[in-house]
Amino acid sequence: MQVNSQSARVTLPTDEQILITREFDAPRELVYKAWTTPELVKRWWSAKRGETTVAEIDLRPGGKWRSAMVTDDGTEVAFHGEYHEVVSNERIVSTEVYEGIPDGESNATLNTVTFEQKDGRTILTLLVDAPSKEVRDMIVASGMEDGLQDALDLLEEVADSLR
Amino acid sequence: MARAATTADAFNAIAEPRRRQILDVLAGGELSVTGLVKKLGLAQPQVSKHLRVLREVGAVDVRTDGRLHLYSVNGRVLKPIHDWVKEYEQMWAERFDELDAVLDELKTKEEGDAGE
Repeated sequence: MQVNSQSARVTLPTDEQILITREFDAPRELVYKAWTTPELVKRWWSAKRGETTVAEIDLRPGGKWRSAMVTDDGTEVAFHGEYHEVVSNERIVSTEVYEGIPDGESNATLNTVTFEQKDGRTILTLLVDAPSKEVRDMIVASGMEDGLQDALDLLEEVADSLR
Repeated sequence: MARAATTADAFNAIAEPRRRQILDVLAGGELSVTGLVKKLGLAQPQVSKHLRVLREVGAVDVRTDGRLHLYSVNGRVLKPIHDWVKEYEQMWAERFDELDAVLDELKTKEEGDAGE
């Protein structure tokens, strides 16, 4: 089957936000299903960086979710949160807490994912609202292969060299 | 503390939409404040204010040509910041590629069910 693989687009609308957009060649009911069904989430959530070991989803307002993966080097990375709003096939609002830092709860983000149908395809948008720009920057840096500290060191080095 | 402030400042200076606009325009070649004001349609004090922030974090360079101050983008500062977001984007791209595979299977299953 011909898959029109679009790349994810990441923008930073404000100092505290991250917006992730992606179009899928599938009706939104299926994208929603893949996004909210534990055994399906286990197959994509780790982003090829390891194995998803936990995908718990209690999909209702007030319900909890938790995801964990073990990376190829053996590190466990886990997140959890609570659903605030669930509109089937359309929209999910939930919190997200990174369990790898001690004050995770106070640095929780509010995530809004929307599924928009367009000619049999689906536009998925995920808006991450962080409590501060420091937390936002930390989340963005988490994608760095070498981790946050290396990213910050690199940036600092460059900034320093310009003084 | 100063360490963290430096990097956060650089990142945030560049994340601001108007300043991104200024960087986009300057990426096309060096310009004076007047040149930027014309291109962007913003007020001069606003442009000057943003330029000051961008200079402080080293995102733009300035040189003097006669009475003109000419501003240009400092690619060395922008690249790591660009890469920073790119890595995060790459993580999502790979996650979504995996999701594509799941969706293909779901679609095939649905078509099979409809045919029964």
